[in-house]
Amino acid sequence: MRTPIIAAGLVCMAGAASAQDTLTVYTYDSFVTEWGPGPVIEQRFQERCDCDLEFVSVGDGAEILSRLRLEGERTEADVVLGLDENLAEAARDTALFAKHGVESPQLDLPIEWQDDMFLPFDWGYFAFVYDKTRVETPPASFEELAESDLSVVIQDPRSSTPGLGLVLWVKAVYGDDAADYWERLNDQVVTVTKGWSEAYGMFLEGEADMVLSYTTSPAYHLIAEDDDTKAAAPFENGHYMQIEIAGKVASTDNPDLADMFLDFMLTDGFQGAIPTTNWMYPAKMPAEGLPEGFDTLHEPEKALVYLGSEAEAIRDDAIEEWRAVSSQ
Amino acid sequence: MARGLFSVTRTTGAGATALALVLFLALGTLVAVALRAEGAGAFTVADLAALRFTLVQATLSAALSIALAIPVGRALARRSFPGRGVLVMLLGAPFILPVIVAVFGLISVFGRSGLVSQALLALGLEPISIYGFHGVVLAHVFFNLPLATRLVLQGWLAIPAERFRLAASLGFTARDIARQLERPMLREVLPGAFLVIFLLCLTSFAVALALGGGPRATTIELAIYQAFRLDFDLGKAALLALVQFALGAAVALIALRVALPPGFGAGLDRAVSRWDANTPMLRALDAALITLATLFLVLPMTMIAVDGLPALATLPASVFTATARSLGVALASVILTLALALPIAAWSVKSGSRLVEGVGTLTIAASPLVIGTGLFIILFPITDPFALALPVTALVNAVMSLPFALRALVPALGQVEADFGRLADGLGMTGTARLRHLWLPRLARPLGFTAGLSAALSMGDLGVIALFASPDAPTLPLQIYRLLSAYRMDDAAGAALILLVTSLALFWVFDKGGRVNADA
Repeated sequence: MRTPIIAAGLVCMAGAASAQDTLTVYTYDSFVTEWGPGPVIEQRFQERCDCDLEFVSVGDGAEILSRLRLEGERTEADVVLGLDENLAEAARDTALFAKHGVESPQLDLPIEWQDDMFLPFDWGYFAFVYDKTRVETPPASFEELAESDLSVVIQDPRSSTPGLGLVLWVKAVYGDDAADYWERLNDQVVTVTKGWSEAYGMFLEGEADMVLSYTTSPAYHLIAEDDDTKAAAPFENGHYMQIEIAGKVASTDNPDLADMFLDFMLTDGFQGAIPTTNWMYPAKMPAEGLPEGFDTLHEPEKALVYLGSEAEAIRDDAIEEWRAVSSQ
Repeated sequence: MARGLFSVTRTTGAGATALALVLFLALGTLVAVALRAEGAGAFTVADLAALRFTLVQATLSAALSIALAIPVGRALARRSFPGRGVLVMLLGAPFILPVIVAVFGLISVFGRSGLVSQALLALGLEPISIYGFHGVVLAHVFFNLPLATRLVLQGWLAIPAERFRLAASLGFTARDIARQLERPMLREVLPGAFLVIFLLCLTSFAVALALGGGPRATTIELAIYQAFRLDFDLGKAALLALVQFALGAAVALIALRVALPPGFGAGLDRAVSRWDANTPMLRALDAALITLATLFLVLPMTMIAVDGLPALATLPASVFTATARSLGVALASVILTLALALPIAAWSVKSGSRLVEGVGTLTIAASPLVIGTGLFIILFPITDPFALALPVTALVNAVMSLPFALRALVPALGQVEADFGRLADGLGMTGTARLRHLWLPRLARPLGFTAGLSAALSMGDLGVIALFASPDAPTLPLQIYRLLSAYRMDDAAGAALILLVTSLALFWVFDKGGRVNADA
């Protein structure tokens, strides 16, 4: 998950002019905040690349893809980091990405990863997060959530990867009855935000009882804030998985540097920073393992995920189904 | 009247060029959009919901603004008190107030942790939320209640004082006066006022973007933005843009048939003696109404100063670079506005054609997002539209303030030509000489006002820039929106204060500048 410390997500541009090559990486808001993985990864990569690594935040995950489509081959981006498995096929269809060229990457994912264009950098399970001091008995399923009078804040699936994840999660659980479920939940949705940062911010400000986030979100409060009041509600329906991915842009003028970055992405220098800055599970377990506190998190018994072209086949219809109900 | 052929053709040429550019932006972009919309799928349920939301919120916003403006306008018309002049002047302020600044002020008053919610919590009640339908309507009433009040107040003050004196001598009660004098006036003023406000709310983008809260509260303008930025569905964006244009054009046409109240009236500074309203109860009622309306207007603005001042010292550098960027856009927009408005005004006066001014005013019904979408479709095959974000914003802003510029310049230039035109012709003063020695000095006042207005409107604009902005080069309003949605309220407050002060200062400097020259 992304660091809950919210920030506008503007990259401070290093003004120093130099002959160094610049590697431009498009990513999402919370990745580049002061407390997110951005600063430490930038520092560690620059130590070994003799280059200038520049993160550009373009909103939430799904917006990265829209942005890339708008810019086409004129894009400045060399690498795109922060799409997820649900958008991989759509991203592939843009023909804007190049193959990563890494043969059988060493990964520690709960599923097998086969994709010649995108590499995972972390993963997690979506979950509704609540405050134990305000919600005594959290719902144990989607049914219980809809039957309760708890208010929730969710993200727009068109701009946000968690928002898209939820739409697919509901689809995976309810299938053809998904629209019916959205209808029953509709009254409890306080608002639909553009991105994860906005939604989590609203939840922390007390604007809603629950927020769509990750099972790993409580670890942030526990480790960084020494606060054990936040928890993820385990759903007996199972939890939808997110695998966050990165890819090399075909039109890059720095292909070698881009390859170097993707290689670096699966080393300890990058992966070791993920658990306590992005608050997700690392795609490749670093030597030091997971930090203390992660053992307290809920581990779903049942993981749900659409892989390959499955998500792409149902994405547009699932979103329109949600949008039709949510606009009423 | 014999005028040099040279001067006529030059005026006509410049005017026609400027007008052609306006026509291209208002209608040419629409053609680009329409061609692109061909392949678009049908209207979905959610698009229909956006259309319905747009119409319902605009109707309710306009109705509420008017309904509240009637008692407040009446109170202002029949009472005189210290500060009344300032209050009436203040009613003009929301017009140049950046939308995003007002949104911030409204959140500080009506938001979950705002003043009202805190008061409710202290009383043991539930706090209120500002996001969604009611938030959008609240913000629209905040912007348009002052406008409605001014229009209604003008209506009241247009009733000759003698009528009220006669009514008093005939022993009319307040109810008789309402029936004989006030209601006929309101019947004349209200339809026009309603339509103007309805039109303004119809194209609302920034308010819905910041306070909308998801698919349930999406205007067509916002849906265009989403189709464009989120779905990258240019066909859908184009289809929605056509719907938006049709709506705007339809309402504008109806508005033209209904007598529109004049926008800038004079003589609002005196209250009429009203013997009928001298009862203690009516006095208390009017005092309460005026106090409430003033609080509603002033409180959000005060909160920006209160919240913003402490944050100024620690503002991130990005806010200041955004400010510089916005200042550049605003100044460029001023130059473009004048470069468009003067030739069109000159042509309009020389040809005596209402049509010329009418075409120049066309953009009042146009939507900046439709123009922006069209420009994007046209520019994309040629060049990188994102590299042109700031110039495009300045140009669109200039075209959007053109109707107000023409409204100020055309009558003034007509007067100058009527007074000095023959003399200048006699002296053979044409072309640049006429511009420099006759028009510019004589028009200093309306020019200063126009420049101030377009600078302030452009400085605070959050519309087309949202379509085009690069992630790392936002204008100040866009930066405030990003801070707001990231819940960085302190920084947002500081930035909002900077934007508020800059916008007002820009207006003041230009407007004042025009006056100084005029007196010299």
